[in-house]
Amino acid sequence: MTQLVDIHAETGTPRPPTALEMRLRRRARLNASARYLLLVVVGLVMIYPLIWLIGASFKTNAEIFSSPWFWPGKPTIQGYIDGWKTSTPYTFGHFFINSMQIVIPKVIGTAISCTLVAYGFARFEFPGKRVLFAILIATLLLPDVVTRIPQYLLFRELGWLDTYLPLFAPAWLAGDAFFVFMVIQFLRAVPREMEEAARVDGANTIQTLIYIVVPMLAPAIVSVCLFQFMWTMNDFLGPLIYISTVEKYPISLALKLSIDATEAFNWNSILAMTVLALTPSLAVFFMAQKSFIEGISTGGVKG
Amino acid sequence: MAELQLNSVEKTYGNGYKAVHGIDLQVKEGEFMVLVGPSGCAKSTTLRMIAGLETVTGGEVRIGDKVVNDLVPGKRGVAMVFQNYALYPHMKVARNLSFGLRLKRTPKDLIDSATANVSGILEIEELLDRLPKQLSGGQAQRVALGRALIKQPEVFLFDEPLSNLDAKLRASMRVRITDLHKRLRAEGRPATVVYVTHDQVEAMTMGDRICVMKDGHIMQVADPETLYERPANAFVAGFIGMPEMNLFDAVLTHERGLPSLTSDGQTITVQDGLAGRINAPDGPVTLGIRPQQLDVVAPGTDGAFTGEISNLEFMGHEVNLHARIGAAHVVAVVPTERFDSALSRGDRIGLKPRGAQIHLFDAETGGNVSLAATGT
Repeated sequence: MTQLVDIHAETGTPRPPTALEMRLRRRARLNASARYLLLVVVGLVMIYPLIWLIGASFKTNAEIFSSPWFWPGKPTIQGYIDGWKTSTPYTFGHFFINSMQIVIPKVIGTAISCTLVAYGFARFEFPGKRVLFAILIATLLLPDVVTRIPQYLLFRELGWLDTYLPLFAPAWLAGDAFFVFMVIQFLRAVPREMEEAARVDGANTIQTLIYIVVPMLAPAIVSVCLFQFMWTMNDFLGPLIYISTVEKYPISLALKLSIDATEAFNWNSILAMTVLALTPSLAVFFMAQKSFIEGISTGGVKG
Repeated sequence: MAELQLNSVEKTYGNGYKAVHGIDLQVKEGEFMVLVGPSGCAKSTTLRMIAGLETVTGGEVRIGDKVVNDLVPGKRGVAMVFQNYALYPHMKVARNLSFGLRLKRTPKDLIDSATANVSGILEIEELLDRLPKQLSGGQAQRVALGRALIKQPEVFLFDEPLSNLDAKLRASMRVRITDLHKRLRAEGRPATVVYVTHDQVEAMTMGDRICVMKDGHIMQVADPETLYERPANAFVAGFIGMPEMNLFDAVLTHERGLPSLTSDGQTITVQDGLAGRINAPDGPVTLGIRPQQLDVVAPGTDGAFTGEISNLEFMGHEVNLHARIGAAHVVAVVPTERFDSALSRGDRIGLKPRGAQIHLFDAETGGNVSLAATGT
């Protein structure tokens, strides 16, 4: 390499760039600027509705439709105050708690049941394994709508209507084939030697699962929890079908409620509550971002 | 510590493939037994059956006086060291070491003293607070060794533990493991070891006895010297030794009571060292001679085959001389100081096998038919 060092460098005077180098450098800079400009524009187009949502939640009702610009002219938190009170006897906090009563058991149930089922499929040989796995994958392909009515009838017979059970009980039985599949894919990439070492060390199947497999699966399980959290928070159809008392409404229904109940919609309070409804998902996502990305990249792509 | 016995152990997989064909092996208490063979010879499968990680589909595995066929690995009193270390990635070294003891609900002070003791022996004290990903290959392998040692098992199982290390480290770990074995023996708690490797250097340097396997059969079980000097068959002869033993087809006849060997139309008469050992009739045989026991002489010398040099490899202290005798390719190793530097590729030379070291193998079965002198 030393032979290639420019002789000017040794004397300390930098060699002036040639015309060609200058042209190449200018072109590279121009290219980069164009690329970033395009990315920024596309990015803004994508995120603008969200920015507008947050901005609009601080606008007065009158201003919302008068300007597409997101920045509120006369910022006010009246929307938040009105929205929090809601048009029902309950505050919005009540609906938050309702949502959590669905989300928390559902997330925990999913994490436990999916791990157990995935461990079984990925690590054990048992009669009928192929058929059962095929059925599992088949349920992935089944449209949700198909099972709505039979499920409804089933839960009605069980007397679970207007309770949260139909919303989270299936998750305790690994009802979400997608998550099971995700964990299986992740587990397939994990070498078995650790588990074998644990067995030689005297661990039984359950101990191996808890002490060895689950810690190694952590990124995948975090991703599963995160997805389940967000999807359940945002689920509208499920609660709409099974929950009929306003007192038990989760956030997704409560938001809709404020549209129904008043004659002139208080858009700013609806938007304010929408912002609040988004917050938990966003917060959870940013907390778990690192594990989440590790989880989906290993589980999904590499397989 | 205990004796380990395999009695006609078989392994047939679910798809009908038979990997292990009824092998018998006895590992004495405190013995260092090496299982060696080319890849696919079922040596790892055999080890995993001893560990309990594979089911035994026939015969019995005995540790001490117990048949352990149906015991889970944790109850067999074995400890295993894996090729890729298999340390628990989320536990610090100290917890990796003590995992087995903690599962057994060993009191904490005992765990602490055992951890200190083992980490002292393996010089890993300063690593106890690290995670496995912060260890180098050699350190990780020492921790894996410690994890086996801390359990004080009846039998130690090693599954190619040094294959992932570089050559230098491998040599030092080799010594470390044999030292440890001797040390435990001197301390009065000899360790029974089964060590799987595909590396014959490891096998020869570490094993008290070596079990050479091929395609799920045992080819020979013997101490390193016997294996080298008196291989039971052509496979063992070719597998053990560097460079490989020269093996080529020849026809055995007797002239005036002395054995003669004909290959490529050349006939040599072996004057000494072979006559009394042969226990086979005249006919086609496989002639085996180690490269170190093949003398380079002038072409046409009595008792020497004539060949043509096809390549010369200068190794420093010796020269590997490759030659062709008809269709057969043979190698002779000549110490550099005795090597005639005028020789070059294409020259004709005489290659004279030392009579006492010639092996003859049955052309059909590969069995050694030149062991009769000292019995067997």
